[in-house]
Amino acid sequence: MAHSAPASEAEVTEAVIAARSARRPFVIRGGGTRAGLGRPPEAEDILSTEKLRGITLYEPAELVIAARSGTPLAEIEVQLAAHRQRLPFEPMDHRVLLGSEGSPTIGAVAACNLSGPRRIQGGAARDYLIGVKLINGRGESIKSGGRVTKNVTGLDLVKLSSGAHGTLGVLTEVTFKVLPTPEDLGTLILLGLDDAGAIAALCAAMTSPFQPTGAAHLPAGLAGDRAMTLIRIEGVAASVAYRLDALRTLLSSYGTGELLDRDHSAKLWQDIRDCAFLAAPREAAVWRISVAPAEGARVADAIKSALMMRYFYDWGGGLLWLAVDPDGDAGAAAIRQAVSRFGGHATLIRAPAETRSKTSVFQPLTEPLMKITAGVKASFDPDRLINPGLMYAGI
Amino acid sequence: MSAIRFPIPDATIIDRRDAIIAGLSELVPFDCLVVSENERRAYETDALTAYRRMPLAVVLPRTTEEVSAVMAFLHKSGVKVVARGAGTGLAGGAIPLEDAVVVGIGKMNQILKVDYPNRTIRVQTGVTNLGISEAVMADGFFYAPDPSSQLACTIAGNIGMNSGGAHCLKYGVTTNNVLGVKMVLVDGTIVDIGGAHLDSAGLDLLGIVIGSEGQLGIVTEATLRILRSPEGARPVLFGFESSEAAGECVKAIIGAGIIPVAMEFMDKLAIEICEGFAHAGYPLDAGALLIIEVEGSPDEIEADLARIVKIAQAHGVMTVKESKSAMETAAIWKGRKSAFGATGRIADYICMDGTIPTGQLPLVLRRIDEIVASFGLRVANVFHAGDGNLHPLILYNCNDPVEQEKAERAGDEILKLCVEVGGCLTGEHGVGIEKRELMPYQFSRSDLDQQMRVRAVFDEGWLLNPSKVFPLDGREAA
Repeated sequence: MAHSAPASEAEVTEAVIAARSARRPFVIRGGGTRAGLGRPPEAEDILSTEKLRGITLYEPAELVIAARSGTPLAEIEVQLAAHRQRLPFEPMDHRVLLGSEGSPTIGAVAACNLSGPRRIQGGAARDYLIGVKLINGRGESIKSGGRVTKNVTGLDLVKLSSGAHGTLGVLTEVTFKVLPTPEDLGTLILLGLDDAGAIAALCAAMTSPFQPTGAAHLPAGLAGDRAMTLIRIEGVAASVAYRLDALRTLLSSYGTGELLDRDHSAKLWQDIRDCAFLAAPREAAVWRISVAPAEGARVADAIKSALMMRYFYDWGGGLLWLAVDPDGDAGAAAIRQAVSRFGGHATLIRAPAETRSKTSVFQPLTEPLMKITAGVKASFDPDRLINPGLMYAGI
Repeated sequence: MSAIRFPIPDATIIDRRDAIIAGLSELVPFDCLVVSENERRAYETDALTAYRRMPLAVVLPRTTEEVSAVMAFLHKSGVKVVARGAGTGLAGGAIPLEDAVVVGIGKMNQILKVDYPNRTIRVQTGVTNLGISEAVMADGFFYAPDPSSQLACTIAGNIGMNSGGAHCLKYGVTTNNVLGVKMVLVDGTIVDIGGAHLDSAGLDLLGIVIGSEGQLGIVTEATLRILRSPEGARPVLFGFESSEAAGECVKAIIGAGIIPVAMEFMDKLAIEICEGFAHAGYPLDAGALLIIEVEGSPDEIEADLARIVKIAQAHGVMTVKESKSAMETAAIWKGRKSAFGATGRIADYICMDGTIPTGQLPLVLRRIDEIVASFGLRVANVFHAGDGNLHPLILYNCNDPVEQEKAERAGDEILKLCVEVGGCLTGEHGVGIEKRELMPYQFSRSDLDQQMRVRAVFDEGWLLNPSKVFPLDGREAA
């Protein structure tokens, strides 16, 4: 099993060309914290991005940061924090859920389109990714986008790269738009609501003029005896206080509501982001399901009628995290049937490798879309060298 | 005389025109088919009016199924297709070809479902951009992307070009606000990508479809994100002595961690032109104007404005004028959004659309003046200052071929400058035919080949809007 760790774009190109000549497919490895995501690798060789490190551009006044793909996320966050800025989409840290070790990289954030609770208001990683450089499976250096936000020049290969889980090429450098970190945050908590009531409350909050940046529901028994419905507000201090108060009044029919201060809020939303509530027991399989927010409780009910599960909602009901028995298909059939009734997609985030190789980890696509997906993969990587089979078997 | 070339039409297709029209007439009613020369003339160009080509025929289907049938037939017949929304595009993306059939979605203008709990609206893509916001405005919602042509332009065109607008600084452009599409592929296959949920399953095909300028398929329905309107919003005019001072002020506002909803710039000539048209109260003595909009509760607006005014004062602002009423607000935005139209009243113009890193604003504005002056022409600048998306309007006389060529050459120089300083050729208008041959300034051969290979996955035979976006290169051209 070969392991290469190129230290420059040129060396990545050499490594890909060598792999192509030797017909040896490889897996891209960043910090290794998400090695358990996707279908198990259909390759033995590893191309590590560990030596592709360093921030290449940071212009706080232009709200833009670029870094080589193997740069630890922590390094970027420290730099941003020094200028009171942040990656606005709150990328999930998978170490808690997957029990993995290592240091997450910025490349994986781009490749896996990792977004947290703020996605519902501010957008996903793919909405802030404005430039990529990658080496495709032909060993060619490809760039798309750049360092400016408004850019419609040519086909948007940036978006295509984001969420492709490295199957289209080895990202060597990524550029993100960043935003100022608001001065303050706070959370309104409504206690004891059932799922349907909670999602109605979250919908009311999200259709209010107060622009919540988080809307989650933790059913009873998950993070306490009573169910907690959570709405986050961020902004300047006076505005946060005003908006939380206005929301409390707006939602008074759902309960009196309690307020959580800045520090407690930060910890709680980090746990929601990282799906910490479902980390234990370690052996349970964990799914991530995206549906229309108002349908969240109905989708959960439909799955509950077939499976035992622990679960919670983010994105105002639109993101359903659930832990189920890992045996057999880890509930895939029941989950996919429920999701197909309401529209959306389900991804198996945590399961034994054997299950992930037998079951479709990502949402199966219709035949025409699968054909396009295969064609896009072939247009970047005709010999299926890079992360083969990671998203879909044979692609 | 014309600098932009077109491919030589395929005579074998033109010879088969009658048969092709006969085939189409079996698929759609006669009032959905435009064949006479007089009526076709309405479709021979878009808002890049210096160029025109008469299409073989125009089809205006009423349903996705009709689009599918038309596409399947044209595919089988080997006929090229140019998709068309309202024809307001500034880059020539919807300009027909003589051997192509125009497929317009103008008759598909129904709003299918408004869904407030999920904050989405599902529409046929012939609905106008403003039509979306108007459909939900009474209930306190809006659709965020707001191109200046929003009164006329369609969602189909917005999706094709990934349109932006003044309020995109906070709320993003089209690609950030579309959740799903129904699209007809080149062979007539109907596919659904995305839906009312967030993010797509599998590869982000939605991301590649948006902004693809009619080369990957025809989008007939879309699910869009609608947002609850803020409690209030107020634009404020800031007049500065010079463009440099205004540019520095923009930098300082963002540097202070403030992201207004909109931050628009006009130079002296643009102020004069727009004020003369809209009577919005723009300061005529200023060398440059910023329109900055903030939103929230009355107290929040006051607080944000106080911070912005303080920064503006530190940058020598000459006049600060707040909108005091809904009418004043409307006039302020009318002036900005009619900048192109108002300019058209005093001269012909070509509108550039490059984006630059905002830190380069003072340098680039100076260089634009120099470039245009060196061709003996005048330029008015209006643009989205917060994100560096420039719109220099180069004034010229379109009946003077020498001046037209000079204007186009000046425009090319400006766009090359945008790329040189780290920006791009087009921020929101698209490449179309206008910037097609400049693509190699921004992209390498490998970059373009990769894009073209992806394009070919959707359209192997290059039938969909085939002479747009990518340089004609070795292709035969007239």
